[in-house]
Amino acid sequence: MTDIMNGFSYAIPEVMLAVGAMALLIAGVFFGDKSAKPISLAAVLLLAAALLAALFIEPKQGASLFGGAFRADAFATFAKIIIYAAGAFAILMSDRYLAGEKLGRFEYPVLIVLATFGMSLMASANDLISLYMGIETHSLALYILAAFNRDSRRSTEAGLKYFVLGALSSGMLLYGASLIYGFAGSTSFQEIARVASASGADAGLIVGLVFLISGLAFKVSAAPFHMWAPDVYEGAPTPVTAFFASAPKIAGMALFVRALVAPFPDIIDQWRPVIAAIAIASMLIGAFSAIAQTNIKRLMAYSSIGHMGYALIGLAAGTKEGVSAVLIYMAIYVVMTIGTFACILLMRRRGGLTENISDLAGLSRTNGPMGLVVTILFFSLAGVPVTAGFFGKWFVFVAAVNAHMVWLAVVGAVISVISAYYYLRVVWIMWFNDPAPAFERGTAPALGFTAALCAVLIFPILVMPPFIGALIVAAQNAAAALF
Amino acid sequence: MGDIGLGHYLAVAAILFAIGMAGIFLNRKNVIVILMSIELMLLAVNINLVAFSQFLGDLTGQVFAFMVLTVAAAESAVGLAILVAYFRNRGDISVADANLMKH
Repeated sequence: MTDIMNGFSYAIPEVMLAVGAMALLIAGVFFGDKSAKPISLAAVLLLAAALLAALFIEPKQGASLFGGAFRADAFATFAKIIIYAAGAFAILMSDRYLAGEKLGRFEYPVLIVLATFGMSLMASANDLISLYMGIETHSLALYILAAFNRDSRRSTEAGLKYFVLGALSSGMLLYGASLIYGFAGSTSFQEIARVASASGADAGLIVGLVFLISGLAFKVSAAPFHMWAPDVYEGAPTPVTAFFASAPKIAGMALFVRALVAPFPDIIDQWRPVIAAIAIASMLIGAFSAIAQTNIKRLMAYSSIGHMGYALIGLAAGTKEGVSAVLIYMAIYVVMTIGTFACILLMRRRGGLTENISDLAGLSRTNGPMGLVVTILFFSLAGVPVTAGFFGKWFVFVAAVNAHMVWLAVVGAVISVISAYYYLRVVWIMWFNDPAPAFERGTAPALGFTAALCAVLIFPILVMPPFIGALIVAAQNAAAALF
Repeated sequence: MGDIGLGHYLAVAAILFAIGMAGIFLNRKNVIVILMSIELMLLAVNINLVAFSQFLGDLTGQVFAFMVLTVAAAESAVGLAILVAYFRNRGDISVADANLMKH
């Protein structure tokens, strides 16, 4: 009994989110849609409280709860803090949009909290069953969020596509999990690691591993399982797209890392080439498919596919240094993405949001501060030196070189130069093309604040030694928890 | 007549899984068929899990199978709800027409 109580004490953030989401749901049902605003506020506070709880309860040596199915350690805490923050910003950023589209329903914050709960489980999953439950808990909430604008043809189509392809990928992942269970004789990551190192590269395990990697690659939208991302990003309501591009990516990547590094460290030669191939394919798709895009949300979808490729280079390295590089990369990526989507949500004229890249023309003249913010964020997305995005790529490439994969680092560097073209094209359009009509100003202070905060974080805060140093130390501690 | 062993169960599950996957990719007419195919894939996994559980003498697989059943039910509910919203906007549920967003 005391054992169970100890277990719950390390899962306080998850318990808070699960109970809180139910409480908010009940409150919403009682008070109706007019309570949407207070419920949004309560959800943001709940996520902030969960973030603080995750910071303070982190066990020094890591703790395994619920029969080893749930692991609370520095790695999980690192991911959870970013996930909770991204969830809170997704709610804060939605306010103006939902009011404008007459979508102010209380279900929106509740679904975000439920999705963050699922992602939290993913970050802590240490067993095939909790891995699957975490993925499904977050996916089911995300399917509904994609179709949240239920009277829009595009939104429901996005939800349907996401659901069908998501369920397919869950099926593949699950089939892989069943094979791994069968051939390793256990669902626990530690037990699988023991069997895998004893029996070596057993064929059944390898087949299971391939299915598992396919399913996980789908969840982080890595090529060749990326085809859902552009359509879903374009069709889903924009604040939902901002959420899709941030929190689920870090949760998926954390799960990807843990599900390969914890159970299969001794057969890394089997999965390393697969991850390297997925990384290269993602970077290529991200770089070349984005060039022809005219819709900024589609552009961000391809951009996100490319960024997952760079992050996976760190996983392909498979070392402690590689894992910490993945975490640094994902932290910086989430900041850039949230900032960029805050700017996209600010692209509002009379009559609603605009989504075309050409609408940004001459932004530096019509709205100087916003032009500057977008410029900083896009320089960082491109990986231009002295922005945080550059350091993210740098650490990933260094990890690959130190793991004797110089060729992978070189390929990554070359593709990142190619992909800089379409980011810099957007910056060019903003500074040197004839101005398009100006955007509405001053209607959404929360969005302006978020965009400015993210831009200042990217440059100059996160390139200053004390702050990037703190991020590196945190990521190294997190990575050390897995080895 | 040989005994029915683990291999037979795994073969049945693999065939069912392949049929489910083919159903998703080959079908161009109706989204409901896709929902059925997804269900078929999950049930194939359940056969795997229960067969392994039986032959390993380990109950974890059966616990896992119950989890999968529960999630499959939730997934169908969400899928059908999205499908209803989609149908209300479009008036049909043909897969080939789901192309509002172009590459």
